[in-house]
Amino acid sequence: MRTVATTKPARRSTLSEPVWVRWLLIGAALSFLGLFLLIPLAAVFVEAFRKGVGAYFAAFRDPAALAAIKLTLLVAAVAVPLNCVFGLAASWAIAKFNFIGKHLLITLIDLPFAVSPVISGLIYILLYGLNGWFGPWLAEHDIQIIFAVPGIVLATLFVTFPFVAREVIPLMQAQGAEDEEAAVTLGASGWQTFFRVTLPNVKWAVLYGVILCNARAMGEFGAVSVVSGHIRGKTNTLPLHVEILYNEYNFVAAFAAASLLAILALATLALKSFVEWRTHRTAPNPLEIPYEGGPLA
Amino acid sequence: MTEHHGAGWVQRFGIGLLIVASVAAAAWVVLSDHRENTGSIHLLNVSYDPTRELYQEFNPAFAKYWKEKTGQDVIIEQSHGGAGKQARAVIDGLEADVVTLALAYDIDEIASRGLLPADWQRRLPQNSAPYTSTIVFLVRKGNPRGIRDWDDLVRPGVEVITPNPKTSGGARWNYLAAWAYALKKELGDLKRLDDPAAADDVKKAQEKARQFVTELYKHVPVLDSGARGSTNTFVQRGIGDVLLAWENEAFLAVRELGPDTFDIVVPSISILAQPPVTVVDKVVEKHGTRQAAEEYLKYLYSPEGQKIAAKHYYRPVDSQYADPADLERFPKVQQVRIDEVFGGWQEAQKTHFNEGGLFDKIYQPGS
Repeated sequence: MRTVATTKPARRSTLSEPVWVRWLLIGAALSFLGLFLLIPLAAVFVEAFRKGVGAYFAAFRDPAALAAIKLTLLVAAVAVPLNCVFGLAASWAIAKFNFIGKHLLITLIDLPFAVSPVISGLIYILLYGLNGWFGPWLAEHDIQIIFAVPGIVLATLFVTFPFVAREVIPLMQAQGAEDEEAAVTLGASGWQTFFRVTLPNVKWAVLYGVILCNARAMGEFGAVSVVSGHIRGKTNTLPLHVEILYNEYNFVAAFAAASLLAILALATLALKSFVEWRTHRTAPNPLEIPYEGGPLA
Repeated sequence: MTEHHGAGWVQRFGIGLLIVASVAAAAWVVLSDHRENTGSIHLLNVSYDPTRELYQEFNPAFAKYWKEKTGQDVIIEQSHGGAGKQARAVIDGLEADVVTLALAYDIDEIASRGLLPADWQRRLPQNSAPYTSTIVFLVRKGNPRGIRDWDDLVRPGVEVITPNPKTSGGARWNYLAAWAYALKKELGDLKRLDDPAAADDVKKAQEKARQFVTELYKHVPVLDSGARGSTNTFVQRGIGDVLLAWENEAFLAVRELGPDTFDIVVPSISILAQPPVTVVDKVVEKHGTRQAAEEYLKYLYSPEGQKIAAKHYYRPVDSQYADPADLERFPKVQQVRIDEVFGGWQEAQKTHFNEGGLFDKIYQPGS
């Protein structure tokens, strides 16, 4: 473990590099960021407004675009709360109790991070596709899962599953079970303990996880692309809609839709910074949890 | 203590709200799929990549016609992608009322899973192809590489863009057109293919054709999965010297991106590409949409349908209804038929494109 606090005062004296080396390094890092992050981000907005503000907003009046935005919001509205509840339940079980198969559960939670989104989509086709395991039964009962909204929701649930749990588990583990034990000794019931002790202790971590989960749910492309069927105005989420518009030479509309996703990413970053700042202020142990995979990766 | 009580209540309320919201949203998702049985009729047309613009115009025209004829509203939904991928999706349960794909083999695949009868191609005129197309070359303005015919594609340093024949219908037509060219060059007359006396020559010519196509794919730097992807690689990313493209796709790229950027080159010989259409029987029976679906496809053969096809650079099978100005744009090109040269799609697919077929032997990435 690094001991940041003790090395900090000594830092100035040990810095022996000449000034120009430091500036060179800082310059290199900044130009790299500019080249690979800022310019592409700016390019999205430049392209989106290429034909003026009117054309930009016209892109959102297209019924297919509206349907894509609605579907994206709907998918997030289902996936995020469910994963929030699942994530909390899983972290609670893992951090506060000992049981057989605990390590297996932790590994399973990480599974969606480990597999490629294409696989996440294909497994649902294997399960619910017409020739899949449950396909014939579903067809018999006229239930459409793949190439319809339920399939998209399922694929999104799968890929966003780890986000809340991943944020909450380390914090709960660090906090231990003493507070809960005290609450139980004082006569609190299970639910009371959870709502009055456990949840308030981790609320910022939960929020942090929810923000990341939401960003990924709205931005997911790979898994959703596999199960969507690409029916215009019906099963296209916003990221899929961007691809379709681009392929139709409709660049302004494509980048206008892409700019919505970019704004979402920026809002996510702002919220994330706010939550980090709040946690630093309210809790002594900050949320310094290694985090795999970007929200819009 | 009171403050703590308050916080607990808010949190409990929050969680409760969260659960209610997610259950409500989930219920809405499930129910919304079943709400659509009100008056109007829905058709899903699963198509291949380059037909987007065509059906964008054709669908409202048919909806208007259907409304006038029956008084019923019809809403047509579209899905586009590489033809092979789209056929796969229909097989996996994408409920297409009609499929309008790039080539017959992909529909044969759907038929082989029992979703429609095997003799589907006889159900509509002209092998169920209401419009045809061909394969042409798209080159950069002024044709800096001086590309005139298939032979020029294998000159040193020329980069050719074409999609992957495994997933793209257009790519398979490209491949077969190149093959047919090489055969014709060796044999002089493709009729000799069926001449038993010329069996030795034919064998030699097939070998030559294989060498030619092998060489051709050595000039392909990237295989996209669909025709539109390849067009974007060539047009947007600026990769390659020549794009092997559907005629309609080439015209569209020139129109959308300016005639001052690209030229179309018509080779000495190309292939008659027949993108077929058919109703998916299992699906229309389930949806009760057979009548509308069949009428939808028949309307493609109507004067209006033929006119719209010609407008979007598809060669109409019945040219008398098309705008003469639209017809004039189609260059004269000698087109061979797949049945004459390759013995039909089943045969061509088996020999060339299936797992372990000639394409697998020809194309080794990185070689």
